[in-house]
Amino acid sequence: MRTDSLPLLSRVADSVYWMARYIERAENVARFIGVNLNLQLDLPLTPAHQWQPLIDTSGDTDVFRERYGDATQGRVIEYLAYDGENSNSIASCLRLARENARSVRETISSEMWAQVNAMYLQIQTQRSLPEPERLLDAFREIRLGCHLFQGLADATMSHNEAWHFLRLGRKLERADKTSRLLDVKYFMLLPSTRDVGTPYDDIHWSAVLKSVSGFEMYRKKFGRITPSDVVDFLVMDGEFPRAVRYCIRCASESLHAITGTPIGAFYYTSEQLMGQLQAELDFTSVTNVIRNGLHEYLDRLQIKVNAIDSSLREDFAVSVPQIVTQSQSQSQGTAGPASR
Amino acid sequence: MRREVARPHRTSGESRQSHTHGVVMQGQAYDPGSFYDEMFDAEGHARPEARLLLDTIAALGEGQLQRCQQAAERVLVQLGITFNVYGDSAGTERPFPFDLVPRIVRADEWTWIERGLKQRIHALNEFINDIYHGQRILKDGIIPEEVVRTAASFRPQCIGLTPPKGVWCHITGTDLVRDGDGQIYVLEDNLRVPSGVSYMLENRDLMKRTFPQVFEGLRVRPVFEYPSRLLETLETMAPPGVTTKPVVVLLTPGIYNSAYFEHSYLAQKMGIPLVEGRDLVVEDDAVWMRTTKGLRRVHVIYRRIDDDFLDPDAFRPDSLLGVRGLVRAYRAGRVSLANAPGNGVADDKVMYAYVPEMIKYYEGEDPILPNVPTFLCFRDQDRQHVLQNLDSLVVKAANEAGGYGMLVGPHATAAERDAFAEKIRANPRNYIAQPTLALSRVPTLVGDHLEGRHVDLRPYILYGDNIQVVPGGLTRVALRKGSLVVNSSQGGGSKDTWVLTSAGDAA
Repeated sequence: MRTDSLPLLSRVADSVYWMARYIERAENVARFIGVNLNLQLDLPLTPAHQWQPLIDTSGDTDVFRERYGDATQGRVIEYLAYDGENSNSIASCLRLARENARSVRETISSEMWAQVNAMYLQIQTQRSLPEPERLLDAFREIRLGCHLFQGLADATMSHNEAWHFLRLGRKLERADKTSRLLDVKYFMLLPSTRDVGTPYDDIHWSAVLKSVSGFEMYRKKFGRITPSDVVDFLVMDGEFPRAVRYCIRCASESLHAITGTPIGAFYYTSEQLMGQLQAELDFTSVTNVIRNGLHEYLDRLQIKVNAIDSSLREDFAVSVPQIVTQSQSQSQGTAGPASR
Repeated sequence: MRREVARPHRTSGESRQSHTHGVVMQGQAYDPGSFYDEMFDAEGHARPEARLLLDTIAALGEGQLQRCQQAAERVLVQLGITFNVYGDSAGTERPFPFDLVPRIVRADEWTWIERGLKQRIHALNEFINDIYHGQRILKDGIIPEEVVRTAASFRPQCIGLTPPKGVWCHITGTDLVRDGDGQIYVLEDNLRVPSGVSYMLENRDLMKRTFPQVFEGLRVRPVFEYPSRLLETLETMAPPGVTTKPVVVLLTPGIYNSAYFEHSYLAQKMGIPLVEGRDLVVEDDAVWMRTTKGLRRVHVIYRRIDDDFLDPDAFRPDSLLGVRGLVRAYRAGRVSLANAPGNGVADDKVMYAYVPEMIKYYEGEDPILPNVPTFLCFRDQDRQHVLQNLDSLVVKAANEAGGYGMLVGPHATAAERDAFAEKIRANPRNYIAQPTLALSRVPTLVGDHLEGRHVDLRPYILYGDNIQVVPGGLTRVALRKGSLVVNSSQGGGSKDTWVLTSAGDAA
């Protein structure tokens, strides 16, 4: 007879989920910075305003202006990568990921713990802007470190309930970030209608694709670069691992693996919301999306992803009391979604 | 095979032998000094059990030992093997300093230690059970009733309770020390929530990873089975009526506790959930944990929280770490706790002085392991002696641990001694004193050479269906020159501890 494994502690499920989200978030910030650095090499005459949208995406425009002033390359990278006061900086994400990992060290594999710890230590020692010629490498390393973590999670941890919570966190975070990236770039690029079809346009859209490592896969599928095809690829594609639809499908699989509810049915609120979003992505055409406004569409998409996130906490947390003593407040601080 | 071993403090020019056998490192000779050295005898000859290791070290290339040491330190940081520093709200973590030169225990000596520990733990368990039931030992006048009644760790709430199989101390970490004359003594019993066993296990892994060549030819007994033995011990104590495989959890105060690494380490190695107080809830006199699929029953809790914080209903009402109603469920026999609440009564340092009496009383035998002679300050004559000899004694508060609340007379200033004298007069029951022991030393890497540093030894004893001692332990080392305080909170580090098989001794 097989031994039934115990269900996961609610607190552990929450920490594993957030550990995965923070690592994915760190990776995405590294991607955003990397793509802008690349763009600068392609378009050396691009003015400095190239960096402002990165701050705008994070919703921290005012905070940034107050603390740093104009958005120069160095300042933006400092803020997004190393600033400990920015709760979404790479350094903060890795610190929070490590703190969550530490609280579930008995649940994840030793290899995964060692990798989170290594990334945390690396960014701690780095702390400030690398030499200009090391910049691209530095962010590539962070990305690879995050990939290594995911590989270790897939290869050294049983694909049990905790692993599905981890995957759920990773995929939801990724869906959210891909949609945000697209939103910002689309917003930035569309007004320049005079550039449509020019090399300038091409370079920008290529950069968007490269930031999600999707340039080559896009080429295979669509060939020429057009904005609507890029939207189709990044939102509706069912095979590309960073496409929103693909991510939501994986998240849905993991959710159902956790609950045991058959796919296509729901018992929990989170399953219902996830199913609705999945169906919508399955049966929406990109032409409709663009006609009705991409920004509005992506905005609604992000709200839906957030709603799934909130419902998860209600569905799986058996009201774990929050401890508020000073020494313990931090363990709780990691459990909430970071500010946008 | 008899081998010529050079005296270690011969300088390198004197004899070629000293290069191959001694511990001259980069021209600096090792001086065992006037202390008992675990590797060298009084004449400065390598002890037989240490020869092979010393030969290996002597044969290392220049700087190789340091490189291995540095590699070990890097691994500690990479793996996040750290303890938390108290009094630091940011939750600062530090690696527990590790020294690469192991401490060796001969097989025959270990056999003796093991017998002594089993005898002692059995007697201590009998004592605790007696205190919470008939109190025969008090009625027979072996121990004054007053001493038990006033022990801060005595729990009247536990009177009449019988834990499964009558076991109160499932996990013990007894501190042993060797004095200048070579005699090993029990220094403390540590019955409550002893820690450090994860370092015993990690230190061995670290040695194998960074310094594998030293294991060659030596028959070092493995320690890796400890987590399995611990899990078995915990499973044997499931409450009566549990017919399925019992659900065992480890209860930690949380990630800011100084021993959090150990809690997560042991939970991981045993494959059991690591829970915090807020993950548990008591309903219908049973303990449940909050899972993603609702509440699940818990049968056995290896708690790493002190009695005081275990249950705000039963003990300290302001505790946020514990579980409300836990002691109620425990009393109802629906959950087992390791170690059993109340067992600290035998851990009071005044009670320690009576352990030899306990062994005679309950076991009808003479103690195998001796106690350190102890003066009890509540006795007028003892107190006078202590107050007159503060400069040569070590004074300890009866209920403190971790090297806190302690005065090392010979190393203290006159003002510190006066302050302690005042405390002793104000509350004599709370203080004991012992002669300052010349703790034995083990060669320890200091910079580029070896120096003797004082050590103690903490073996771990498990008590389930029977009493077992894992062949090994945590050797703590006072890294500061001349220091006798080995606690991690006070500048101590640790070493791997090698218990040899009998065949290994002949090497």
